[in-house]
Amino acid sequence: MTMPNVVLHVADVHKRFGGLHALADIDLQVEEGQTHAIIGPNGAGKSTLLNVIIGKLAPSSGQVVFDGTVLTGRKPYQINQLGIARVFQTPEIFADLSVLHNVMIPALAKRDGAFKLNMLRSLEHEHAVREEAEHMLHDVGMHSAREDHAGSLSRGDKRRMELAMCLIQHPRLLLLDEPTAGMSRHDTNTTIELLKKIKSRGMTKVIIEHDMHVVFSLADKISVLAQGRIIADGTPDQVRGNPKVQEAYLGGTA
Amino acid sequence: MFEAIFLQFLNGLDKGSAYALIALGLTLVFGTLGVVNFAHGALFMLGAFCAVLFRQLMTMETITIDPTKLSPWGAPLEVRAPLVQAWFGDFGAVLVNYSVPFSIILTIPVMLLVGIAFERGIIKHFYKRPHAEQILVTFGLAIVAQEIIKSIFGPNPIPQPMPEAARGAADIGIWLGMQANVITYPIWRLVYFLFAGVIIGGVFAFLQFTTFGMVVRAGMADRETVGLLGINIDRRFTIMFGLASVVAGLAGVMYTPLLPPNYHMGMDFLVLSFVVVVVGGMGSLPGAVAAGFLLGILQSFASMTQVKAIVPGIDQVIIYLVAVIILLVRPRGLMGRRGVMEA
Amino acid sequence: MLAMPRKDLILFLGFAAAVLAMPIWLQPFGAAYPDLLNRFAIFAIFAVGFNILFGLTGYLSFGHAAFFGVGSYAAVWSFKLLSMDAVPALLFAVIISGLFALAIGFLSLRRSGIYFSILTLAFAQMSYNLAYSVFTPITNGETGLQLSLNDKRYLDRMFFEAGAGLPSPTLFGVTLSGYVAFYFCAFFLIATFFIAQRVTGSPFGMMLKGIKSNQTRMNYTGVNTRPYTLAAFVISGMYAGLAGALLAITDPLAGAERMQWTASGEVVLMTILGGAGTLVGPVIGAWLIKYFENIFSAINDGILSQFWGFLPEGAQHTAVLISSKFVGEGWFLTLGLVFVLIVVFLPGGVMEGVRRIASMIRPNKPTPASADSSATKPHPAE
Repeated sequence: MTMPNVVLHVADVHKRFGGLHALADIDLQVEEGQTHAIIGPNGAGKSTLLNVIIGKLAPSSGQVVFDGTVLTGRKPYQINQLGIARVFQTPEIFADLSVLHNVMIPALAKRDGAFKLNMLRSLEHEHAVREEAEHMLHDVGMHSAREDHAGSLSRGDKRRMELAMCLIQHPRLLLLDEPTAGMSRHDTNTTIELLKKIKSRGMTKVIIEHDMHVVFSLADKISVLAQGRIIADGTPDQVRGNPKVQEAYLGGTA
Repeated sequence: MFEAIFLQFLNGLDKGSAYALIALGLTLVFGTLGVVNFAHGALFMLGAFCAVLFRQLMTMETITIDPTKLSPWGAPLEVRAPLVQAWFGDFGAVLVNYSVPFSIILTIPVMLLVGIAFERGIIKHFYKRPHAEQILVTFGLAIVAQEIIKSIFGPNPIPQPMPEAARGAADIGIWLGMQANVITYPIWRLVYFLFAGVIIGGVFAFLQFTTFGMVVRAGMADRETVGLLGINIDRRFTIMFGLASVVAGLAGVMYTPLLPPNYHMGMDFLVLSFVVVVVGGMGSLPGAVAAGFLLGILQSFASMTQVKAIVPGIDQVIIYLVAVIILLVRPRGLMGRRGVMEA
Repeated sequence: MLAMPRKDLILFLGFAAAVLAMPIWLQPFGAAYPDLLNRFAIFAIFAVGFNILFGLTGYLSFGHAAFFGVGSYAAVWSFKLLSMDAVPALLFAVIISGLFALAIGFLSLRRSGIYFSILTLAFAQMSYNLAYSVFTPITNGETGLQLSLNDKRYLDRMFFEAGAGLPSPTLFGVTLSGYVAFYFCAFFLIATFFIAQRVTGSPFGMMLKGIKSNQTRMNYTGVNTRPYTLAAFVISGMYAGLAGALLAITDPLAGAERMQWTASGEVVLMTILGGAGTLVGPVIGAWLIKYFENIFSAINDGILSQFWGFLPEGAQHTAVLISSKFVGEGWFLTLGLVFVLIVVFLPGGVMEGVRRIASMIRPNKPTPASADSSATKPHPAE
């Protein structure tokens, strides 16, 4: 039974690698406009779950439904065209291109679809796309770096730019895979600020994270994953108070 | 019919042996150093020219003019005295007769030096650079090597006689209890096949049973971890490249009686050997050897008149066709590990 | 729709002027004669087209000579069957090589990285071997495809009688030889440069650069990369076919050796030498290689001993002996050495050299990131 305001429904997903049961009986409902965090200790299956959602891995059984459309079996670019954008653990950017072009490419992909043979038009004359990209860079505070070589940015700036690349597509669902992994305290804080800022846009987000500080300051709802199973589900306060969670996870780290 | 098929099978063995040996070296380099070596065919060619050089040294002569005698057409008679025979007598004659196998003595140090010079001079700078650039630089090296050979030995093939004892054919049919002259097979091809077997066995034994080999195999599986153990992997890889060069060179030396060496033979074999490596599975040594023999034999069957009557031109394209099908259907090749350069 | 940014327009006009004036400014270099100028134009077209694939998407094809050869064969067949006019020959060649590229690209682009290179190599070698064997009725095998007195030329026969002797290629009745042929080729070089410039500066071109830079991100950005790379592959195959046809127009015969993988290697060399990913680089690379091929091949021992004349006799002899290995027949040795040095020290080719020198002169000018990326970039999806 799917609620009308459920955007993403991971339905009874199992994933086995050989004899290893990486994901067991995962049932997850992400509601429209919410920030839903998935936490768990290392090896709990967080990344596997994300890869199943995004279509990189096929589940052994069960399926993932996005807004009434089954995602399972679709290619990453098709999933993106449905309105799902993804931020990677290590920023995946176009290191050879300028920051502005990095943000213009997703805008063009959003406008033109998966393929368009528009090779006689000049990019210089794409004023609307360019303005939108500049605007987006302004929003993430990177407008002054728009002509820089993306490969030469700091890790935090790469992350901000990658977020801009996702946001310019106005996705209905944004997936974030450990958005602050490997960052300095300063970069982590600016990233959290940025994520809080975009939270007000009403976009649905799924965050995979193990940094508690990030999770509790952002999430509306938290699912706790341990050994491939969801052991708790609820608001941050509910999860914090759940003895099972404390035993499995928070007891050791928090 | 059985005899005809068996004969084609045998005919495929010598070419298959050459493919297997070249592919083996190519895979050693790719698997250990992670380098796509387009110069590997050139190493095969350099080996073949070691045989040419050795024979030229062995057949050096002193030419003296004997003024007391005249040749049949009236010019002063030139007396040619082979130096080697003059110095070593009968053993010299044996040296000349067996110049191809004896040139292995020259080939091993030369190829080892060439390999180490390549690796230290150029290739080590390309470990971390993209495959496209590795292809480009080794392609350039291959051109340089073949052009140097061309400028020294000229553009024409230089036939290398095989030892007298190995001329003619062995009647394999008799060994297998068949009638005489049903299946005969040139002796030197048999020699080449056995030689390839010894080399391949030697390389595998070396990798399997020596500490050096174990480290290299570990490095092939996971280079970073082995580096973390504090083992100087780079030096071992230099030696590995030298070893691969020697294997390619030996394959070239012994092949000379079957194919008169010319400067572009390396390129001709290289393209095929790459195809062999891909079919066997990039980075898989047993795969390279198996695919080498398999494709050699397939090619031999494809050149049968009966087969060509059904599919004209199949003998020209069979290897490429197999490679294309393998790449499209099973990109990791016959025995390749999952994830090695798969895309 | 066809309006160009000012910067591009200046580059284009400058390029067109330089090409048209080649018979003048190449005079002091001794290269201003039609036969060589034709080759400059033809191989520049080949390299510009190759760069649309390799320079923009990073896919290194080792089989582009196949399309060049197919273009030549198609043009000669058009001469034999239809007409000596160049227009049907070019159309026929571009269409056939485009279809051929579509088929090979469709299969090869299912893989990337070195697998793609080997697939293209395998296809090209197959074409080469078949051209020498089974396809002899079409290719005339080792002799090469030539015009003959028995050719039908149906289109021409509808309008006029066959003359005596072998006819020459024409353009609307004007014989394409000498400088007429050069300006004919030059027109196509300028036109194809213009198209390449448009493609590079278009949203489509930006997508290709994105594919070269990071294919994973491209997929998660909602772009289906395969039709993009296939389009680039087909375009560059058509460029190769056009170049092959032009070569057949300036000299109406076609041989299988044009399809050999060393010929594919040559266009790779041109592109790298000039600077992959840049617009002008491949053109410069093609010109340099064809120019020095011409110069170096012509040098003989007599010229060398004159050149080393200032040395004492013994040293002169040695100098001549050593340098003779690098010229004449040995030209490929020089080419190979230069190529290795370029890949090792200057992977961006001549254009990167120019940029480095320019930034030494004006050290404060920041280099724009979106400018031409050199060949040092990682291959997609590795």
